[in-house]
Amino acid sequence: MVEFTLPANSRVVEGKTYKAPQGAKRVRTFRIYRWNPDDGQNPRMDRFEIDLDDCGPMILDALIKIKNEVDTTLTFRRSCREGICGSCAMNVDGKNNLACLCPIEESSGEVVVRPLPHMHVIKDLVPDTSRLFAQHAMIEPWLKADSPPPPDRERLQSREDRGELDGLWECILCFCCSTSCPSYWWNPDRFLGPAILLQAYRWIADSRDEATGERLDELEDPFRLYRCHTIMACTNACPKGLNPAKAIAEIKKRMILRR
Amino acid sequence: MTAENRPLSPHIFIYRLHLTTLLSGLHRITGVMLIPGSVLLVLWLWAAATGTEAYATATWAIGSWLGRLCLFGWTFSLFYHLCNGIRHLFWDAGHGFELARARASGLAVVAASGALTLAVWIAGYAARGG
Repeated sequence: MVEFTLPANSRVVEGKTYKAPQGAKRVRTFRIYRWNPDDGQNPRMDRFEIDLDDCGPMILDALIKIKNEVDTTLTFRRSCREGICGSCAMNVDGKNNLACLCPIEESSGEVVVRPLPHMHVIKDLVPDTSRLFAQHAMIEPWLKADSPPPPDRERLQSREDRGELDGLWECILCFCCSTSCPSYWWNPDRFLGPAILLQAYRWIADSRDEATGERLDELEDPFRLYRCHTIMACTNACPKGLNPAKAIAEIKKRMILRR
Repeated sequence: MTAENRPLSPHIFIYRLHLTTLLSGLHRITGVMLIPGSVLLVLWLWAAATGTEAYATATWAIGSWLGRLCLFGWTFSLFYHLCNGIRHLFWDAGHGFELARARASGLAVVAASGALTLAVWIAGYAARGG
């Protein structure tokens, strides 16, 4: 359902301000979305003034600094800090991104950090991604083949067939794309969204997979696949430079070609 | 604290607007605008079939500044929806998904629909003699 406004319990209010230490020269303000499941309050935007001379270059560095030195209750996901784990996906200055790949210098003025859009918040910048992973499980993201593999080696592919998977296998399931997609915002329970559809196409496009027909059958649905209206917010959002919109179009094409 | 109390994170009003998103929204809006536009066209034809007086009233209504404004909006909606529909056909064939090309084709659609709209209105006024 299209619903532009947030429910009453989700309206964001202004929060606290944490001043920069005395003598800080290069001060940048971070406005960060906070929500504590234990105090019964609405979400709020806290302001943290950070001395950039005493902070790493990326948004994630600033978040870690705040957690270490200013407010230890600030909660966010992070792991690899080099754009390969997909944990620190969040909305920075109105655009979904990985906080670890996002230089503070690219923000002009206040840096605004919020959780991935239109998601239920567990705490602060941590959204509940369980539905996305359930949808990922639904597309059965593994190689399906009835024919036995050669006894002495793995299933081989030509270079060309392997090339078909480029731009697909690199997806790290950070969900920057799915949570930037208006179609996914309005129909997250029925539309699979760009991340999952790109993953689905990764198996459809795999020359070793023998379940292409079944996979397409599962997707041939007015909502699961065809809620994509080529808005291209997904491709604009992808921090890995992939193109989910094109992957979805390739699935739609296969639907027609198999008739 | 149960999961039901979890707030929904902010979405449409905080997300940075991309050209492709804006034009996709415009495609939807112009598509909806074509509905009253079609009703208007049918009403005009119906008035023409009914008689001189009804036709004169309809022509007066459409010729008023408000009628012309609606008609102008409808013309643009028609051309934008048409041109962007062609852009969608290319997408459906698997072409033009690179971000730079998607933005360029979007701008081309806006330019083409604007030019076609103006061309029709200039031609219309020229044929009418001012």
